[in-house]
This record gives sequence, C-alpha cells and structure tokens, in this order.
Amino acid sequence: MKEVVLEPVSQPDCGLVAEVISCDVFAGRSIREIEELEVYAGNRRARLGEFFSVSGSAADSAEETRIVITGSVEKTKWIGRGMSAGEIVVEGSTGMYTGAWMKGGRITVKGDVDSFAGMMMSGGEIEVHGRAGDYLGCAYRGEWRGMRGGSIVVHGDAGTEAGHCLSGGRVTVMGRAESFAGVRMRSGLLVLGSAEPRVGAQMTGGSIVVLSPAELLPSFELVERVSSPEVEGVRFEGVFEVYAGDLAERNAKGRLYVKVE
Amino acid sequence: MKLVLKNGYVYDPANGIEGEKMDIFIEDGRIVEEVKGAKEIDCSGMVVMPGGVEIHSHIAGGKVNTARLMRPEDHLRNVAPRGRNTRSVCGYSTPSTFLTGYAYSRLGYTTAFTAALPPLMARHTHEELHDIPMLDKGALTVMGNNWLIMRYLSEGRIEHACAYAAWLLRATRGYAIKAVNPGGSEAWGWGRDVRSLDDRVPHFDITPREIIAGLMEINERLSLPHSVHLHPNNLGRVGNFSTTLETLELTKEVKPSRERQVLQLTHAQFHSYGGDSWKNFSSAAEEIAKAVNSSDRLVLDMGQVVFGDTTTMTADGPMEYYLSSLTGLKWANKDIELETAPGVTPFVYSEKSPVAGVQWAIGLELALLVEDPMRVMLTTDHPNGAPFFTYPKIISWLMSAKSREQVLQGLHSAAQKNTVLGSIDREYSLQEICCITRAAPAKSLGLDSKGHLGVGADADVAVYALDPEKVDPAREPEAVERAFSATAYTIKGGEVVVRDGEIVRVVTGRTLYVEAKVGEELEREIMRDVDYYFKRFYSVNLANYPVQDVYLTSPHAVKVDAGVR
Repeated sequence: MKEVVLEPVSQPDCGLVAEVISCDVFAGRSIREIEELEVYAGNRRARLGEFFSVSGSAADSAEETRIVITGSVEKTKWIGRGMSAGEIVVEGSTGMYTGAWMKGGRITVKGDVDSFAGMMMSGGEIEVHGRAGDYLGCAYRGEWRGMRGGSIVVHGDAGTEAGHCLSGGRVTVMGRAESFAGVRMRSGLLVLGSAEPRVGAQMTGGSIVVLSPAELLPSFELVERVSSPEVEGVRFEGVFEVYAGDLAERNAKGRLYVKVE
Repeated sequence: MKLVLKNGYVYDPANGIEGEKMDIFIEDGRIVEEVKGAKEIDCSGMVVMPGGVEIHSHIAGGKVNTARLMRPEDHLRNVAPRGRNTRSVCGYSTPSTFLTGYAYSRLGYTTAFTAALPPLMARHTHEELHDIPMLDKGALTVMGNNWLIMRYLSEGRIEHACAYAAWLLRATRGYAIKAVNPGGSEAWGWGRDVRSLDDRVPHFDITPREIIAGLMEINERLSLPHSVHLHPNNLGRVGNFSTTLETLELTKEVKPSRERQVLQLTHAQFHSYGGDSWKNFSSAAEEIAKAVNSSDRLVLDMGQVVFGDTTTMTADGPMEYYLSSLTGLKWANKDIELETAPGVTPFVYSEKSPVAGVQWAIGLELALLVEDPMRVMLTTDHPNGAPFFTYPKIISWLMSAKSREQVLQGLHSAAQKNTVLGSIDREYSLQEICCITRAAPAKSLGLDSKGHLGVGADADVAVYALDPEKVDPAREPEAVERAFSATAYTIKGGEVVVRDGEIVRVVTGRTLYVEAKVGEELEREIMRDVDYYFKRFYSVNLANYPVQDVYLTSPHAVKVDAGVR
C-alpha cells in the first residue's frame, strides 16, 4: 500500500469543497497532479495544493492507496465522496459530507465528523473516534431511499436524525444519539448507546437496538422480552424489551430493542 | 437569415412527402420556395423533419414548481455547469426551466404546450414559460372544475359560459380549454371525488357528463383552434376504461366547427385500464383504440410509461392523494380556490411490478392499435408516465417489435398475460413517427404554420443523423434511439440553435394564446358575475388576475370570432 500525506496548510473561512480527496481520484496520479486537483473555496475555484502540502505517492489503484490527513480540517467537505476502495485516515476532524455516497474502502477519523457523514453510503466502512454531527448515515435531502450498505461506527455521540431513512447497512453510535435517530428507517441496523426521545419515529422496517433504557413514542408496542438476542446477525448481551413500530405508519415492520438489564 | 438544408431525406406527412431526397429553403424564419446565395447545410444521409410539437407536458406552473420544491433529490440528476451558451441546469423529472428548453431543443422539438394552467396560477406559469428558452410555447387553461363555468352550464346559460371561457383564455393568455377530472377536483375540496359521469358535483347542480358536454359545446361555439383537451374522470383506477368509453360517446353529439377532432383524450394510457382489482389489472387498449378508429371526432395522446423514478403531478387532487396512499411516499396538495386542486407525489415504475408492466404495454398498444397515426400523439404526460427525455426510447419501441419483445420478456408475467402487445407486429415508419411527434399535434392544436415543411410554414426543422437507406429501425432500435436523442441540427425560426447535440444559440420563442371575440354586451354581463366572485370568494383582486403581455415572450395572439354575441 502506498501513502499520500496531506498536511493542512490553511482552511478557508467558508467551506472547502474537496470531493477530490478520494483514493479513486488520487490513484495513478503524481504528487504534482494531486496538488493541481480542483477544489472550491466558497465559489472560488482553487488548487488542492493551496490548502494542503502533499507528499508521499499514490498507487496505481484505489485499493492500494492510503490517504493520511495529518490535522483537523473542519471546513473541508466531501472527503471520500463516492470512494470505492482504499483508505483515508484523518488525524483530526473533518467537515460535512465525509464519505457521502461511499461504495467501498475505509475512512477513519480520529476526531469528529460534521453533519451528513456517510450520506447515501452503499458500502465500505467509516469509523469516527470522536462525535458525529446531525444526519449521520442519512438520505440526501428529499430522498426516502437512504444509506443501503456498509458500516458506520461512531465512538462518541451523534447529533439528530442519525440513520435517517436508513435502507440497509449498519450505523452504530456508542454514545448518545440526539432526537429522531432512525427516523423513517426502512431496513438495516441502527445501534445506539443511548437515545433521546422520538427514536425510530416513522420507521417502517429494520431494527434499532438501544443499549440503555429509552423513552419511546406511544406508537411503539411491546412485543416480548428477550435475553441476548441476535439482531440482523449481531448478538447483543443482556435483557431487552422488543417493540414493534412505528405503528403510526402503514404496514410498519420495524423492531426496536431496548436494553433493560 | 437564409438557409438551405441540402439533400436530406425529407419527411413531411402533411404535404405527402415521405423520405424524398430534397432541399428545404429558409428565409426570414419561414420555409420558402427557393432562396439564392444562402448558407448551405449538408443533410445528405440524414432525416429532415419539421420541428417537434409537444402537445401535453407539465413544463411550467404551480404544481411543477411545487414538485421542484418537493424533490431536491431529483435535482442531483442532469447536473451541468454553465456552458458557453447555456445556463447551469439540473433535474430529471422536475427539470429546471432552462434545461426544459435546451433538452426539448436537442430532441428536435421547437414548440411545447404546458398541459394544465390553473387560471389563478397564470402569471406564475407565464413567468416560468418566460424562462424556457428555445421553444414556442402555449398553455392549456384548466376549466373543468371552475365555479362560474359549472354555474353557467348548470343554469343552461351557454352564451355566458362561452363568453366567460373566452375571457378566461384571454385573462390567462391560454391557448385551449383543458378539463381535468371534471367535477372531481371540485369534489376533492370536500374530501370526495366523482366516480362516474353521473355523480353530482357537491354544491353544484351538475354532473361530469354535463360539464364535458358543455365544454365541448363552448369550444365549438367559439370555434377555438384546438378541441377540448380532456383528462377524464377515474384516472389510474382499475377498470376505468368503461368511464373513458362513456366519455368518448359524448362526442357523437358534438358538431366540429373546424377540420379537427372535438375531443383530445389526453394521456390515454392512464384511462385504458381493465380488470376489477389490482390483482387482475389488465389492458383495455383495444376498446379505446376501437373507439378512436371508428370516429373522426377523436384523437388521443399516449401518456406512455417508461420504467424508472418520476414525479406525478396533475390537477386531479383526489387521484394524487389516492396514489400517495398506495405508495406511502410524500405528497403535496395544491388547492386553487374556485378553479381546481392539483396534487404532486413521486412514483417509481418498476419492471418487477405487474401493474407498471401492464401500464407500459398499454401506451404502446394504443399507439399501435390506432390505425391513423394522425390521431395519435407521442406523450409521456411528462413527467407523469416518464420525463420527456425518454422519447427516443419510445420511438425505438414503436419502430421495432423486436425491441418491445426484449423489454416484455424482462417484465412481470402479468405484462404478457394481461395485454396484447406481444401479438402486435406493427412497426412504425419514420413517416408515422413524424405524424405522432409533429403533424398530428400541430393539426390537433390548429397550428397551421407548424408540423409541416410546406411553403409559408415556420422554419422550425429537426435534422437527425439517421440514414434511412442504411439503417433498418426494426433491426437496429439502438441506432434509432441514438439518432433521436440529439439532433444533428435543430433550426428554430430559421436559425441553427443545436448542432450535433450542442446548444449553439439560445433563442426566445413566442408565446401563443387565443383571443376569442364575443359580444360586448355579453361580456359586460359576465364581468358582473366575475366581479362578484372576486369580491366574494377569491383571495386576489380582479385587477391583479389577468396576465399582461409583459409576462410573455413575444406574445402571439391567435384571433377567432365565431359570432358569439
């Protein structure tokens, strides 16, 4: 595996649109060519090299390419957009839309990710050591067919509407998820350390597992109490109450597991 | 500006020309006998047709914009930045206004009518039409649920109804009388619908049958260029073909005032359903086609379905609600006060769905079973059956039984069992394609200078890189689809606007509307009622209602006077 190192030099005041930071784009390009890749600082067209000092070398294929960003780039958006293979490691935090439309490969963020991380993802893995903003693993605005594959793990907390319209794949928030986690979810697995109220609102399919007691909407109905259940192929230790919902929706077949002991 | 299109294979059914190698001469925006010293365009080995005429497409208006607001995810498609001549664009089932103009022009279309203009939304609609470049435009004014129309008809005051319809056309700068689920959209204001021609409209002493017959009578008394343009009751309902046939029967009582049909059955596919539940949903295209074949007072447009993701929008509020309750997808209702009630909801036509498969087959069956191609028009009821971007594909299906068979094989078995498409071997010729995309819609709309290439016609021409001597459309549907996807040249008003699929010049088309003259005394009488309705019910002032010419690009009034006094 070959490594390209991006050292943040400066960040614009407004957002930096840098969907070119992707193993698919870097693969087969020289360092010089990577520096010349087009980014937008607000509405100004610019070179990637203006904001990052680039070193190392890229492999010929995305699979064999690793990108390391050595610091925090909270203003840099769309890192790893649509990436199909390879690895991106960010030593700090990233801006919005990290790993959106990602198809494969792996993104590790040591800090936090801003909102819309993993939006419309269909494969690959995102791991966030810090916290995530709103709309983690969500659908694009207006879309009802959201993330359909791959896996997101956030070690810290997540903002509102994590797993919004989730339609497959797995989203895990080890910490606390703010309100409306799993809203309009259709399938897949959403695991939450703890959840604020309105978890699973309008869900019609898939499973949500909350690893601590949670306040549910009245449209969830207690079905049974189980020990160490296996949910979507994953075993969870402990005693869980299983709820069906969201019964305010037509033909809802969602399952919500709440750990009680 | 002078131009000669040299040596193309010319298709011009209105003038009896089919694939003849000849030159077309253009001067000052018109087709002429001959010009000297003109710029020549070599069209050898290419097909030359009149510019396409779109008769029914939801390209502008309140619900189109509602759909845009509702479907940001649709804007991710067709994204293109500003080009040398073009603005930045996006959208597929809800394309931006500019994309609408560019995309039609690339397909070889030069004229388009927006399918439904609710009078109260007229200014907005014309503001959007203003921003659609490349095309001559017009709008069909919705009247089927209009309070004053219903009142005059129920009171038997046909002259007043005529005068009011004429005023509405002028006030909205509309081109023709459109009716959508007559009576049903008004009933929707009370949470209801009408399900038969003889249901009574709540609070109006009238039935859909009387509204449709009345509108046809108004249309012929005023002798308008187009016929009544009808979206009948029960759209999209299982077994609705009987309602449709009953509706078509009404034309027998109407005498045409011009050489054209008295009724256009629009998006006929959505009205040709047999069966009595979604489980035995089937095609009734044969019955509908038979009715059209046996009457010269009827034409239809297809309303073809193409598989994929689209947005449905019609001035048929109850239907849109019904549809959204079937799919569970987002829905918007758009009540238009005293006039109509449109709705919007997304829809996905899936190849795996038995219903969508049958719907796909019905549209093609209608086009193939109606014998006279001058009585059929190519539409998808954009974007209801599919966005208009799919026209080249539909053309290739009509021209090749093989390509239809290929699609049919991939569908749910219901599409084969419950339709007759597989047994139809008719294949359209280029001349027939020219009819359903140009000559027939132009004739239906009463546009004398469009849809043909005779001397005096508008110099709106499409040139396709398709050599009819080398390509057999029946065997090479892909080549047909490719050729019709982007013209070699589109000429609008005598100017080359598209070359090899690229927009090379942006032009602003005319807006066509109808001014029908009625007696002054009669007009004064209806204005008293109009005035009362505005003071009593409307949320806007009468003075702010009519559209002024400043809203229109190059307004062009078609004047008629049939002596209604």
